[in-house]
Amino acid sequence: MPTCNLPSIANEIRLNIIETLHASGSGHPGGSLSIADILACLYYKEMNIDPANPKMPERDRFVLSKGHAAPALYSVLAMKGFFPKEDLLTLRKVGSYLQGHPDMKHTPGVDISTGSLGQGISAAVGMALSAKLSDDSYRVYTITGDGELQEGQVWEAAMFAGSHQLDNLVVFVDNNNLQIDGTVAEVNSPYPIDEKFRAFNFHVILLENGNDTAAISAALEEARSVKGKPTCIICCTTKGKGVSFMENQVGWHGKGMTEEQYQQAKEELQKAGEA
Amino acid sequence: MADVKKIATRVSLGNGLTELAAEHKDFVVMDADVAMATMTHTFRSAYPERHIDCGIAEANMMSMAAGIATTGKVPFVCAFAMFVAGRAFEQVRNSIGYPHLNVKICSTHGGISAGEDGASHQCNEDLTLMRTIPGMTVICPSDDIEAKAALKAAYEMEGPVYLRFGRQPVAVINDTPDYSFTIGKGRVMREGSDVALIACGIMVHEALSAAELLAEKGIQARVINMPTIKPLDDELVLAAAKDCKKIVTVEEHSVLGALGSAVCELLSEKMPTPVKRIGMQDCFGESGPALALLEKYGLSGNRIAETVENWLK
Repeated sequence: MPTCNLPSIANEIRLNIIETLHASGSGHPGGSLSIADILACLYYKEMNIDPANPKMPERDRFVLSKGHAAPALYSVLAMKGFFPKEDLLTLRKVGSYLQGHPDMKHTPGVDISTGSLGQGISAAVGMALSAKLSDDSYRVYTITGDGELQEGQVWEAAMFAGSHQLDNLVVFVDNNNLQIDGTVAEVNSPYPIDEKFRAFNFHVILLENGNDTAAISAALEEARSVKGKPTCIICCTTKGKGVSFMENQVGWHGKGMTEEQYQQAKEELQKAGEA
Repeated sequence: MADVKKIATRVSLGNGLTELAAEHKDFVVMDADVAMATMTHTFRSAYPERHIDCGIAEANMMSMAAGIATTGKVPFVCAFAMFVAGRAFEQVRNSIGYPHLNVKICSTHGGISAGEDGASHQCNEDLTLMRTIPGMTVICPSDDIEAKAALKAAYEMEGPVYLRFGRQPVAVINDTPDYSFTIGKGRVMREGSDVALIACGIMVHEALSAAELLAEKGIQARVINMPTIKPLDDELVLAAAKDCKKIVTVEEHSVLGALGSAVCELLSEKMPTPVKRIGMQDCFGESGPALALLEKYGLSGNRIAETVENWLK
């Protein structure tokens, strides 16, 4: 695969997120913007996928456990050519195959339906176990939110993955530190996240800047060399990354933009793209 | 009927999976630390590499099954009805039902015949919960033969299926040469036209006993075995309503939302007919030997006969 400019890809994902959410009028900008860099690394460097053959059996799998970040996933899938980019503008509209949360039955490139927090990571563990059972070489990647870690099911899944030594599994934690009702620490602290995953027999990589594509790529490289343990990459990210008035603002978890806000967000991201 | 052969359908589950595994290599069995009770230990002994014990974590087990199903393997997920249909309801609904994944959910210990463990473990709501999920097939077999046939049929169809197996040994009633099992089809077990008893699970045998007692009183009851709760065999129910004019449903389950409700929903729209629903009357069970509980809660053959006779008066 030719080398891509990953920061620029991430920026393009962000622009598409803003366009998509502007068209839909509702959805989750904050947590979509925070994972754009992870998706750029996965879809443009790490994963073995073929947009022309989205169900290719030997493909690597991706599970968006924090399913509300669907606009980010749809953006990268459209950019890769899984479906036409103009369809992004149908998000959340009646009759669209782009549902508010990922729907595997109708959206090319979506490996499993998610949205109910805690369930995606379990599904990813199931996929990774299945690969081990039949000696398949594909790898499985999933992104959970840090608020999502409050779901007990996440830890049921972590216990299974660790105890079954699923080294073909990578769990990203999008540690943007905010959830709907406040900071994750205030609401119900999942910290220390690294020690918890380590205790469940994960190889843990903590990225102080989880929006840095070079650091994410290096972590993915490291994960490939780990044997006998799943890897957890904790990405300290900025919720709303790239749009100044959304960054680190708890209110931007799930709300629509005004026309003015949309223009400003677009301009900021376009400017970042030119830089 | 003392010398009748009795087998708990949970035993059929373990045996049926083991038999099926010899022919089909693409399925796995998942359990939640109850392999000795769901009897999937039989399968585990024969195919240890295809048995996944998820430990006491049913929510994770269900969503894992969904993930496994997306990779082309067929998971048979086994645990107590209370925990697969109750605790993990939302996982079944969202991880499996919504994407219509090819997962077979096998519950045991459904109904009050779970017995001594008491109300916390006697699930009388599972069939209702599962029936409300769009696209879910719901089956409650009546004996060993039907349990194994249902497992095979569930494997052969594409899509999610919920199967309920029991803890209590039940008489083998389907060992007839003409027996066959088709999902969505019921079966007339005894002819009669004064009233029709439509039953599922271990209640089919009790309904047959009730019909014998009713015959002694001059009441000829048709007995219908309705193993598939969803999709219901509409034709068979409508024919019974037309011929018998009165319908009794019998299930070891709450009367809210399962077999009795399915029959009422159909009849109220297509052929209004008086219906008496026998089952758990919106109450919890309690500890005790299975047979004593069936007697107390009106689900034994003689109690069913008594209820039917009084209703027809």
